Amino acid sequence: MNIIVLVKQVPDTSEVKINRETNTLIRDGVPSIINPFDMFAIEEALRLREQHGGKVTAVTMGPPQAADALKETVAMGVDEVVLLSDRAFAGADTWATSYTLAQGIKKLGAYDLVIAGKQAIDGDTAQVGPETADMLGIPFIAYIKKIEAIAGGKMTVERMMDDGYDVVESSLPALITVVKEINQPRLPSLKGKMKAKNLKVTTLTAKDINADENLLGLKGSPTKVVRIFPPAPRGQREILSGTIEQQVDQVVKKLKEQSLV
Amino acid sequence: MSVQVISNTCTGCETCVSACPFGAIEMRGGKAFITESCTLCGACIEACEFKAIERTGEEAVAAAKDLSAFKGVWVFAEQHKGGISSVTLELLGEGRKLADKRQTKLSAVFIGQDIKNRAKDLIAHGADVVYLADDPALKDFNDDSYSAVLTTLATLHKPEIILAGATAIGRSFIPKVAAKLYTGLTADCTVLDIDPETGNLHQTRPAFGGNIMATIVSPNHRPQMATVRHKVMKPAPRNDARTGEIIEVKFTQTGDVRTKVIKTVEELGETVNICEANIIVAGGRGMGGVKNFHLLEELAKVLGGAVAATRGAVDEGWIPYSHQVGQTGKTVCPKLYIACGISGAIQHVAGMQSSDVIVAINKDPDAPIFSVATYGIVGDVLEVLPVMIKKFKEIRG
Ligand SMILES: Cc1cc2nc3c(=O)[nH]c(=O)nc-3n(C[C@H](O)[C@H](O)[C@H](O)COP(=O)(O)OP(=O)(O)OC[C@H]3O[C@@H](n4cnc5c(N)ncnc54)[C@H](O)[C@@H]3O)c2cc1C
Ligand SMILES: Nc1ncnc2c1ncn2[C@@H]1O[C@H](COP(=O)(O)O)[C@@H](O)[C@H]1O
Repeated sequence: MNIIVLVKQVPDTSEVKINRETNTLIRDGVPSIINPFDMFAIEEALRLREQHGGKVTAVTMGPPQAADALKETVAMGVDEVVLLSDRAFAGADTWATSYTLAQGIKKLGAYDLVIAGKQAIDGDTAQVGPETADMLGIPFIAYIKKIEAIAGGKMTVERMMDDGYDVVESSLPALITVVKEINQPRLPSLKGKMKAKNLKVTTLTAKDINADENLLGLKGSPTKVVRIFPPAPRGQREILSGTIEQQVDQVVKKLKEQSLV
Repeated sequence: MSVQVISNTCTGCETCVSACPFGAIEMRGGKAFITESCTLCGACIEACEFKAIERTGEEAVAAAKDLSAFKGVWVFAEQHKGGISSVTLELLGEGRKLADKRQTKLSAVFIGQDIKNRAKDLIAHGADVVYLADDPALKDFNDDSYSAVLTTLATLHKPEIILAGATAIGRSFIPKVAAKLYTGLTADCTVLDIDPETGNLHQTRPAFGGNIMATIVSPNHRPQMATVRHKVMKPAPRNDARTGEIIEVKFTQTGDVRTKVIKTVEELGETVNICEANIIVAGGRGMGGVKNFHLLEELAKVLGGAVAATRGAVDEGWIPYSHQVGQTGKTVCPKLYIACGISGAIQHVAGMQSSDVIVAINKDPDAPIFSVATYGIVGDVLEVLPVMIKKFKEIRG
């Protein structure tokens, strides 16, 4: 089976800090990583290939340096990679990103399954998966924690819900997004690293994917970010002291005063 | 529209370079230079003390749609087995405010099976109109059928705004509706406000793991769509004297429904969905083992709350993943969050820092959790929790 994985290069948000004096983000030295959820997508694709044969293609839309993320996927065992990169893609919101990804995927020939991460840790929107599926005209299922079976043009999967999970059946091709429960991503292999080192990443531009330029990047994005600001600092903090008994007493009293309990 | 540096005013201080969340500013010839990675977010404009950066040319973007044709505020009224979700009441509360500011109607879209008798509850909670799609084919949540219903209705009636809960269901199918309608969708909003003149919805949400807030608008597209977090908006009060209109819509299956729910498994059992809980008692690796989790359950029971956990505790297998709070788990916003034996790693804090009051219990006085805690108790959870349970039992009678 042919599987496409959507990966995004993101700043490691756990390393991003706010400078409280200037109220700005401190980005210095923040490393770029593959979005952690996309690691589960890559791993699942590789496992399916090991079971069913076929190939895995990783696709990303991003600036030229996003090629590094693609190389990392090759080191893990991905067969082919495609970088969608063009100045016209810059400033894309989830709608324009999904449009670009869908146009790019249409160029790749027949596929059975597209796997994306549940969400990207920079934007946390979880919208690119479902929007891309819609633009490709294929079924979409979110938050997959297990692929139970794939056979005869159909698959059965377990979808996480807020209060448990659903077992869902879908026709193929389809697009799924995966959660951390699904697997434990492998480390890159030595052989993979060698292959990645010598890899020349294929880049497709707006023209290559027959994109309507009015639907790309900032121009094609319905949403505009008008303001970015730091979150309000949390109110007063109090670290209590005394014996455990005394500390608990103080907390219980304060919570009671605020009618919280 | 673009963001530009006023060369003469720029002092070359480089503050904007580090302020840019997108790394889109470089220094060229001692002055700031904005590259094509700019998304016009304006973070640099706020950061510049010298007012050397400005937004220019609000160029007339040829409006793709006649925006004035779009009217009314809609909410997707989520239900589970006929029970209206608490987030729905919060959306009705917020939707009512927006509709009043815009002097327009508030409508609810209610999708499911055997839910007809609950439609009047939505009116009692503030809806003027309920679009009711009640059909056996809509029994289970399904991306294809739910998005077909909402897309068809929105195409027909042209609402100006559509709000949904940032729940598993909302975040799954609402983007498909936005994709079809070619319109903007903002995920996980915590603050909404409307410009009474233009009708532009100012949607504020956390990004970068909660490190920054971003305000987003869709100036040239309608409907404006947003998913909204649990617990941040005030639920609409009930008023049974309110009247409204219930419009039944026939669900005709246009296009294929290509996915099918075979089975639904509820894992939380009798405990509440943590996103909906007002009080959360959360445990981390510092609980020392599954054998001590009964303390969390007991405290939660006394307070009428729910039990949550860190990834650390989930990875140890002490509690199912559906209870995990944080970047890879759920985002919660209760009135009270009691963190027990939790270090306070940024990925965990991202999921709970908007709680109204945070109580942290940790034996390490330098644990990072104390920097977000309203009240910090330094001590061993195994000693503190029994005392706490006892005291709360006393005051609760
Ligand atoms: C990409 C990514 C995503 C992640 N997503 C999440 C997420 O969604 N949610 C999440 O929670 N984590 C997440 N993590 C993991 C996170 O970084 C931390 O590892 C995790 O939150 C730590 O869990 P913990 O606080 O239970 O354990 P620890 O960090 O081990 O902390 C245990 C704490 O308990 C205290 N303690 C020990 N014994 C006692 C005692 N007897 N009494 C009182 N205190 C005691 C210790 O002082 C310590 O502070 C993520 C990590 C990554 C890389
Ligand atoms: N620029 C991109 N290139 C490739 N895949 C992406 C891109 N942006 C998002 N995705 C995929 O969509 C998922 C959800 O992203 P988001 O909607 O941004 O939270 C990610 O986990 C990726 O799998």
